[in-house]
Amino acid sequence: MKRVRQAASVLVCTLVLISVVGGILSHFDYSQQDREQVNCAPSRAHWLGTDDLGRDRLARLLHGARVSILLAPAAAAISMLLAFAIGAVPGFAGGLAERAAKTVIDLALSVPWLFLLLIARAMLPLNTSPAASAMITFLVLGLLGWAAPARILLARARGLRQAGFITLARSMGAPPARLLCRHVLPNLRPVVAAQFWISVPIFILSEANLSILGLGVAEPLPSLGSLLRELESVLSLRADLWRFVPLVVLVLMVSSLQVAVSRQEVYS
Amino acid sequence: MLSSILRRLLLAVCTIVAGGFFSAALVRCAPGFGTDERQLDPRLSNDSIRAIQGLHAEDRNIVRSYLTSLGRTLRGDLGVSRTLNRPVRQLLHDRAAVTATVAGKGLALAWSAAVGMAFAAWFWHTPALRLSVTLFSGALLCLPAGVLALLAILLDLPAYLVIALIVYPKVHRYLSGLVEAACKMPHIITARATGATETRIFLRHVLPVIRREVLALAGVSIGIALSAAIPVEALCGVAGIGQLAWQSALARDLPLLTNVAMLVIACVVLANSGADLLSEERRQPA
Repeated sequence: MKRVRQAASVLVCTLVLISVVGGILSHFDYSQQDREQVNCAPSRAHWLGTDDLGRDRLARLLHGARVSILLAPAAAAISMLLAFAIGAVPGFAGGLAERAAKTVIDLALSVPWLFLLLIARAMLPLNTSPAASAMITFLVLGLLGWAAPARILLARARGLRQAGFITLARSMGAPPARLLCRHVLPNLRPVVAAQFWISVPIFILSEANLSILGLGVAEPLPSLGSLLRELESVLSLRADLWRFVPLVVLVLMVSSLQVAVSRQEVYS
Repeated sequence: MLSSILRRLLLAVCTIVAGGFFSAALVRCAPGFGTDERQLDPRLSNDSIRAIQGLHAEDRNIVRSYLTSLGRTLRGDLGVSRTLNRPVRQLLHDRAAVTATVAGKGLALAWSAAVGMAFAAWFWHTPALRLSVTLFSGALLCLPAGVLALLAILLDLPAYLVIALIVYPKVHRYLSGLVEAACKMPHIITARATGATETRIFLRHVLPVIRREVLALAGVSIGIALSAAIPVEALCGVAGIGQLAWQSALARDLPLLTNVAMLVIACVVLANSGADLLSEERRQPA
């Protein structure tokens, strides 16, 4: 299992590296349109062919992967901050704050996640730029994806409240803020890290779902999800096999991230 | 028992009302609230645009707007959809049955497959079976629901099968984990040592232990199926609640959106409460 995890980690790093330095692999711009090369099959000039607007698929895939790979961890970081504030802090404080936090978390968990995303994303301004739409999509993911990690952090922080070293620090007169920063946060770090790495593939998949429904990153900016919208026009599996490359990249990225986080870390 | 039912029912009602308010507040707080696609129509005069903007004026105060809509809902009046020009009640009535059928079939199929796999894994401890099942469910977990829906269109597969493929890996992963954990329990090891058959051990010793978690998982899986119904129905062209949710979100139809949200939340909360109640009942001595 350790070797599989190592291989998955290497694959994640490779995909990140390829997407970041992708410009070397394709000398086309992701938005550059060539009206004479519309819907072309793979060739020496266009390794993955061109789309219905004559844009190079490889350039769009590399840029799209970069958008998803860079913004999904940013969204996960936002959601972890919120999860810490809504879950861990009240969990450590206990009493009314803990009960209120539990109610809020239960309420947030009772609303289907995709439905919430759909509402929030659909209500955003119509005239947003493509870059802003990408930011907003992942920001919405980050702002709404805190509930499940918050529940886990709350339970862990509640457990720490009763721990001997916390009682000792409290008896020595440590203020709550110091207890939280110096004692609780370091002990919650493995759980936060595990939840962060669990959230990243979830956010990549959620963005893909939103993009397929037309509510993700706006054109012409690509993302792994928005590239999958092209599958709507695929007529047969055999004829347009290269159109599935973004899906393969997405599956590789998500599965590698899921394998890289071991079960022990998830439940630690 | 009755007090437990009443307590859960009250909690469910409070969660539904709060969830509806949460959804409405989310819509109201969004920076694009009040924006209407018709405002971009160059043929419209300033007065017409102002009239369109005025349509959202009553929704500006979220608390008042929500309480008014809640009061109407209690009287059985769910309002009229702005975009579809039809009573929301009629829309929900027409489409709920479609979603119930699609999601129900999907859930039944997913649970049958997951339970079947758990049984198979219990009786045949072959690494090949375990690996293939894990790879299959792992691969499904890596595919967005929208892609599965698009593939279903391409391969001419029914929508309920897509829902089954979305629900199955989540149920299977948890269920197989439960069975695996139960397998290591001392009383199971003792039962094996006494020579009890695998079937007997599974039915008499494993199932009672994992029953509560399975019931909770059943409740959760309804929420997963309803959530999956949104992209599946929207992309596969199934006229159900999921498609309605998508259409109302795209059209920024607040009355429809709030009611769909409350209906979806009600289904999820009632399913979870029902599952909790059943597991509580099972725990009580006869």
